[in-house]
Amino acid sequence: MSAHIHQQQRPSAPRPDPAALERLRACPHCDALYQIAPVAPRERAICTRCGAVLIAPRARAFSRIIALAVTALILMAAAIFMPFLDLSASGMHSRASVLDAVLAFSDGMMLPLSVAVGALIVVIPALRLSLIVYTLAPMMRGGPALPRAAQAFRLADALKPWAMAEIFLIGVAVALVKVAGIATVTPGPAFWAFCGLVVVTVLHDDVMDAESVWQAIERRETARRSAADAAASRA
Amino acid sequence: MTPAAVPTARTAGLIGCTRCGRVFAPGTELCTRCGAPLSSRDPRALQRVWAWWFAGLVVYIPANIYPMLITRTLTYSGEGTILGGVVELLGHGDYFVAFVIFFASILIPVGKFMAIAFLALSIRNHRFLDEHAQHRLHAVVEFIGRWSMIDVFVVAILASLVRFDAVATINPGIAAISFALSVAFTMLSAQSFDPRAIWDE
Ligand SMILES: [Zn+2]
Ligand SMILES: [Zn+2]
Repeated sequence: MSAHIHQQQRPSAPRPDPAALERLRACPHCDALYQIAPVAPRERAICTRCGAVLIAPRARAFSRIIALAVTALILMAAAIFMPFLDLSASGMHSRASVLDAVLAFSDGMMLPLSVAVGALIVVIPALRLSLIVYTLAPMMRGGPALPRAAQAFRLADALKPWAMAEIFLIGVAVALVKVAGIATVTPGPAFWAFCGLVVVTVLHDDVMDAESVWQAIERRETARRSAADAAASRA
Repeated sequence: MTPAAVPTARTAGLIGCTRCGRVFAPGTELCTRCGAPLSSRDPRALQRVWAWWFAGLVVYIPANIYPMLITRTLTYSGEGTILGGVVELLGHGDYFVAFVIFFASILIPVGKFMAIAFLALSIRNHRFLDEHAQHRLHAVVEFIGRWSMIDVFVVAILASLVRFDAVATINPGIAAISFALSVAFTMLSAQSFDPRAIWDE
């Protein structure tokens, strides 16, 4: 529970004015209504009813998020193209990259699954990070947002459960145990890149505070609208 | 504090955005901040929950009957189902990994089908679980459901790694597709559920 968010006590009138609405937030998970107040970096406003984190700002969040997202994208490129695992059994060698793991399903009936695995461990994580960079990079130094920034960030938020890099890593561990009896497996550079990617993604999600991003987008949208209105009234 | 004592966007006659939390006057259709469609409570949410639930169940049946892995070596040729894979790991003494696969591929999917059905049936009935417990159950289902995908990745890695043409090959079986679909459909089912309705009087 945080002192920086106050439960809304009086129900508002049927037609409340927009300025009053702007200071209200409803918990997305349980609909509890709150009056927002400034929350300091590293403090958190938590829904008193269901425990969901509503606001959790961090200092210099945008630049840190962008740095972590770009790092994750670079690690992902390394993880895709470099050899991932090297398998040797009775004098024979086999190497697989993440790309090979994706293409393993590419013959016949298995094509759809190949597409799904590629989407879950490569395309969706990369798309999500790119959308976040697209949204935040122009706003980092106080500049205007790029067109459709709100849509981009909303899509990034919706994609989060479908980015499964960390689950893939557990799958790798299980696969290693399964082949341990018949072959020796050596992790390649891509394996370590992938481990780094998972760690960086966890740090990234920890610094990310959606409410701060939405407020930044809304401020710019409001400014853009009033500038457009001013221009229209002059004409 | 009884749930009724907590003011909500709905009791205040307003609509909260489930994507970004911004609050709007009734009749607003799209969130002006994030662009998400607004609804105080979506009357068709439960229909979508059940539709994805049944779709997930239908593809979960072949996922358990047909092979996940088709292994061919010089001396051995066999097909392994999900349960067969767990039994095989137990036979090798890999108890921990056997438990991980049993948990991710059998316990989580079955538990998820039961939990979503229970929530959808008892959304207004708090006789067995109170609002807090129901809300927590939904949060756990949403958090843990995606981890079932482990076995699909295991199959992908094994199939790409074990390719010693004449000596040993592992190929994915049809169950890998239906299991992946089942995980995706039940994730969509859990996402369609509107947990705000748990707290309504
Ligand atoms: Zn809440
Ligand atoms: Zn919104």
